[in-house]
Amino acid sequence: MYSYNEFDKDFVQNRVHQFRAQVDRRVDGSLTEDEFKPLRLMNGLYLQLHAYMLRVAIPYGTLNSAKMRQLAYIADTWDKGYGHFTTRQNIQYNWPKLSDVPDMLQALADVDMHSIQTSGNCIRNVTADHFAGAAADEVEDPRPTAELLRQWSTDHPEFAFLGRKFKFAVTGSENDRAVIKAHDVGLRVLQNDAGEVGYEVLVGGGLGRTPMIGKVLREFLPREDLLPYCEAIMQIYNRLGRRDNKYKARIKITVHENGIEKIRELVEERFIIQRAAFGGYDQILFADIKQAFAAPDYDHINTDGYEASLKSDPAFRSFVDTNIAQHKNPDYAIVSISLKKHGDTPGDASSDQMRVMADLAEKYAHDELRISHEQNVILPHVHKSHIPTVYAELRKVGLATANIGLISDIIACPGMDYCALATARSIPIAQQIATRFEELKLEHDIGQLKIKISGCINACGHHHVGHIGILGLDRAGVENYQITLGGDGTQNATIGERAGPGFSYDEIIPAIERLIYAYLDLREAAVETFLETYRRLGAAPFKAALYPETRIAAE
Amino acid sequence: MARAFTPKVLTANRLIEGDVVYYGNNGDWVSSHDDALFLDDETQANELLAKSHKQADLLVGAYLADAILKDGKPVPTHFREEFRTRGPSNYEHGKQAEV
Repeated sequence: MYSYNEFDKDFVQNRVHQFRAQVDRRVDGSLTEDEFKPLRLMNGLYLQLHAYMLRVAIPYGTLNSAKMRQLAYIADTWDKGYGHFTTRQNIQYNWPKLSDVPDMLQALADVDMHSIQTSGNCIRNVTADHFAGAAADEVEDPRPTAELLRQWSTDHPEFAFLGRKFKFAVTGSENDRAVIKAHDVGLRVLQNDAGEVGYEVLVGGGLGRTPMIGKVLREFLPREDLLPYCEAIMQIYNRLGRRDNKYKARIKITVHENGIEKIRELVEERFIIQRAAFGGYDQILFADIKQAFAAPDYDHINTDGYEASLKSDPAFRSFVDTNIAQHKNPDYAIVSISLKKHGDTPGDASSDQMRVMADLAEKYAHDELRISHEQNVILPHVHKSHIPTVYAELRKVGLATANIGLISDIIACPGMDYCALATARSIPIAQQIATRFEELKLEHDIGQLKIKISGCINACGHHHVGHIGILGLDRAGVENYQITLGGDGTQNATIGERAGPGFSYDEIIPAIERLIYAYLDLREAAVETFLETYRRLGAAPFKAALYPETRIAAE
Repeated sequence: MARAFTPKVLTANRLIEGDVVYYGNNGDWVSSHDDALFLDDETQANELLAKSHKQADLLVGAYLADAILKDGKPVPTHFREEFRTRGPSNYEHGKQAEV
């Protein structure tokens, strides 16, 4: 993976010193809270419901064992011994003291990490496919591109005070695991007919208050044009993007109001000017970055132990069925570690669990870890012969839950258990759904199903692209949950359709249960997923299951 | 027309620790909502809020939150404020585990 050069190290170190001085000045009264707030937000420090929260960037979700161990150390030393992995592949600490934050930032800087640009109206952490560099279906590892964008966008003076926040996501596969169509800019690495590698550029996607699917701005952008083209997009957004209304300030609204054709025309025009300003150094840099992401030195040993365990151990077989994905090297596999043990908080990992994952990565996964936007942890390169050992070690610390892609593998934002913006709780809903379907022993029968829960309209829990989405709202001082159906966050991205009136906190779990039983009755065969059944039949039979009283009234 | 005043408690977070606190009966900032001063007088509520803004060395984000009186103690009327009295509901940690 990429290691900081002297420039990166100096920059991050200077920011730590700078923030330490800013905290001192806030505490001694030289800075008011109004003056201090934008400074702390630039360093990822929020004030939440019960405490401060520090959001730490994990660029394109990639960690090594040293970084993961340091995250565990920070959790133990300055927080409550755990961290929360987020839908933007970051980690959040929920209980830091203001006076400890400079030390936390120093500890991060010591392992080439920081929390810069994890808040504010700037270009945020660049996310990528969590199987990057390992996926069997990928044209190219998207992380060098993401790293180039990280370097370009970090502290970029022209884009430090945009109209609103701005999010990039990159994938190197046709199968989109990075939800690129729900980002301000989505990039897909692809090869054209001439065999050249470049990018499909999407713009104007986003969830939140006004969900939109990204539109194709350029079908094929030559590799060397990436930065000038992105710069042109940012400049056009900076010029046309609305600043009169926060809720209409994201680029999705700019694209929607101006039309993709006009945006394209302006971007292409600006791009010509920007391209002339790039002398090719970015491509020299890109070549260096690419080397840092070279494939690991694969082991050449046999996979007998793996095959034997598959035959002899049904629990291991179940784990393999759900948590293992195909690696580009047939002797290897991608192991997903679920942070969704039934009844636990989605995305939370204790410091002990972080250390075990770090140890396993170091011993058995070429020292690489990934955080997925689905709030799980990935060991991207595990030789098949090591999977039984990895599984056994994960089991010891409650990390071997075999539920990746199933009903209990739920994305849930922190919601009103932590977040100051939330209008309702998310986590307890996820906990109860997972626990309920575990009791019913239906999870594996139900099969692939993505439930995504947001505790407010900002949609950090991606509910619009959940096969079943749940949005928690405050209705006259009471928690109320709206269901959306048929959303999809893949290359076939679709915004879910609202099913009808919301449900109270006590009604939402029974409502989900009715929905699932309806699906089990309606599907043509066990292999037909919830989403496929929904697409075949439409919303009507599912709405009937959700609102039986309406159906009775209609009859 | 301005909305009729409803009773309040004055709440904030501690500047350094971030903990939720309330302006107490005793004139200090206290952890327990039970010990918060019940403010049924609008002028007093606004005066205390203005005063709290001058305590920037102690506090951050002060505001008035709705409350009612129950068995002689102030009780939040909104679930958000109820969560702030004890901490997250996903499992017991935060304030509820420390009291």
